Amino acid sequence: MLEIKNLHASVGGDKPILKGLDLSVPKGEVHAIMGPNGSGKSTLSYVLTGRDGYEATDGTILYDGEDVAGMAPEERAAKGLFLSFQYPVEIPGVPTLTFMKEALNAQRRARGEDEMSAPDFMKTVREKAKLLNISGDMLKRPLNVGFSGGEKKRLEILQAAVLEPRFLILDETDSGLDIDALKVVSDGVNALRSPERGMLVITHYQRLLDHISPDVVHVMSDGKIVASGGPELAKELEAEGYDKYVRAA
Amino acid sequence: MVAVKETIADVKRLESDKYKYGFTTEVEQERAPKGLSEETVRYISAKKDEPRWMLDWRLEAYKRWLEMREPDWAKVNYPKIDYQDIYYYAEPSSGAKYESIDDVPPEILADFERLGIPLREQEVLLGVAGAAETAAEAREKPRVAVDAVFDSVSVATTFKAELAKAGVIFMSISEAIREHPELVKKYLASVVPTSDNYFATLNCAVFSDGTFVYVPKGVRCPMELSTYFRMNAEGTGQFERTLIIAEEGSYVSYLEGCTAPMRDENQLHAAVVELVAMDDAEIKYSTVQNWWPGDENGKGGVYNFVTKRADCRGKNSKVSWTQVETGSAITWKYPSCILRGDNSVGEFYSVAVTNGAQQADTGTKMIHLGKNTRSRIISKGISAGRSDNTYRGLVSIHAKAEGARNFTQCDSLLIGDQCGAHTVPYIECKTPKAQLEHEATTTKLAEDQLFYARQRGLDEETATALLVNGFVREVLQELPMEFAVEAQQLLKVSLEGSVG
Repeated sequence: MLEIKNLHASVGGDKPILKGLDLSVPKGEVHAIMGPNGSGKSTLSYVLTGRDGYEATDGTILYDGEDVAGMAPEERAAKGLFLSFQYPVEIPGVPTLTFMKEALNAQRRARGEDEMSAPDFMKTVREKAKLLNISGDMLKRPLNVGFSGGEKKRLEILQAAVLEPRFLILDETDSGLDIDALKVVSDGVNALRSPERGMLVITHYQRLLDHISPDVVHVMSDGKIVASGGPELAKELEAEGYDKYVRAA
Repeated sequence: MVAVKETIADVKRLESDKYKYGFTTEVEQERAPKGLSEETVRYISAKKDEPRWMLDWRLEAYKRWLEMREPDWAKVNYPKIDYQDIYYYAEPSSGAKYESIDDVPPEILADFERLGIPLREQEVLLGVAGAAETAAEAREKPRVAVDAVFDSVSVATTFKAELAKAGVIFMSISEAIREHPELVKKYLASVVPTSDNYFATLNCAVFSDGTFVYVPKGVRCPMELSTYFRMNAEGTGQFERTLIIAEEGSYVSYLEGCTAPMRDENQLHAAVVELVAMDDAEIKYSTVQNWWPGDENGKGGVYNFVTKRADCRGKNSKVSWTQVETGSAITWKYPSCILRGDNSVGEFYSVAVTNGAQQADTGTKMIHLGKNTRSRIISKGISAGRSDNTYRGLVSIHAKAEGARNFTQCDSLLIGDQCGAHTVPYIECKTPKAQLEHEATTTKLAEDQLFYARQRGLDEETATALLVNGFVREVLQELPMEFAVEAQQLLKVSLEGSVG
């Protein structure tokens, strides 16, 4: 589903961060990328979703067999690529519901589908918000403004649930969460697992993977994947740290 | 290179398509001789069939104006205006006011229709424009009475008869001078004195048309009132004069909308608006100003030099100014409140958008004279392109205004890196028993917000519009519903092409 080959990318035009990254995530699988700070994990998430200033300088990003590297962020979004942000951005004055409705209908229009009616939209959101313990009051407030870290992360997952992307990238979704919030968010993510959907879980710590168990774990260091294995690899990293891989790279 | 040329052509098309009100209506017109002189003043007064006292009043203003100097303190730049190179009066030649809507030249009716302003009352009632609407929906649709001003004359005023039943006088100021001279004499220039400022004095000498509203004691005006100003004739200034009086315990909500054709020259719009609110009366005044802003390089566009002031004369009276300013090459206006009555309230909600080479210097003055008077100022400035946007405001608390309170919030949003935002708040306080709060922020439309919205599927223009609407939400909420939707659209169109 996602095929990354020899991906090179630099930030701000000159500083190389990704240095020949290869990664393949088949449909229906959950892959985790672990790595020390500065290994290029967040850069990877931005390059995949097309943020300005994060350009791929070499290699290919095939998504469903199509090279998405030159596409605008909104085109990639309409094709079903979703990024759950490490630091969700505050959008003052725009109620959460309005934002989600605009986004959903923009994606639908781009795909040539009919817009969702207001009653259907409300019904969908209410059902999904309930699972994530998000109140109606929160949905009326401007998106992410004054929300706690946990609330913001729950709203990221709610947006994923409403937009129903085909591929999810979770960037440090566990950061800033206490144990209870981690449980709610992980349950939300697990509810989205499906044979039709791929996921890439980027994390620094093992603890998120106790809740969302990955099919494959990759270790990233200095802009490359340096090791891959089963869930046991995450446990090993937790016990021994990244030293071995940092040195290897 | 071919591709580049095509792109440039595309962009050009986009630019001129953006302003959808830029068309000109072909209608025969009659104009005053070019230039300003005593003759011009007499010509206008004669055209309006005015009584002697009105002509004398105009002539006196004209004499004063000759002695005055054009102010230069605003943060705007423009070449010196040649007052002899302007037409001060233009009317469709088939006569000034039409007895019935059927007498209005079809070109003008079509013009207003194209602007979305229906002048036939039954159309407004039944909403014939939207055929799908059911009768029930039409009934629920709020009705708006319209005074339509085309260049220097009011061409139609709707719902006059129905409003008269409620005792509300709603007519053009030219008619009011003839039909209600006692009211006009009593209130005209009672808020903005003849000699108030250069442009106001000029307006006194040559004002052409505008709206007169009188709401009697205890009456809640049964519908929204509005004036639609349209500048059509070439080389012509528009000198609007509006006077609204709300007697004790009455309420009125009034809206004004403005558009003009695209022309290479600069056109002058120098208006005076006066509001008087007596005891327990409330006036809500909303503006959506969309005069032609000129092209990308600052060629053409309307100079919008306007004096708007409200006198909260009675105790517990209230005036709210809400404005959405997206048009004009230069905007220079400060809708103000004199809070004379004890416990009176003044509010100013403003969104000013500048793009391209536009310049805006706008804000408000809140003059607290009475005890326990309160004022609230919410100003949202948005600058894009190479434009300059200044908030200039005065909060003045006089010695007797014990217990006065003011809250001011000025937020500026910058889009791109070639525009400017400036905030110039003046505060004077002559009593220790007052409370003033001032908050100001300046932010740049953030790349991270844009990316976040685009990652969720919104294209750059839509994302920008959404973020900007979020920024101005507090103000748009103050507008009547139909206008709020229009204003949102207008913001989107005004800012098209300002990112990326």
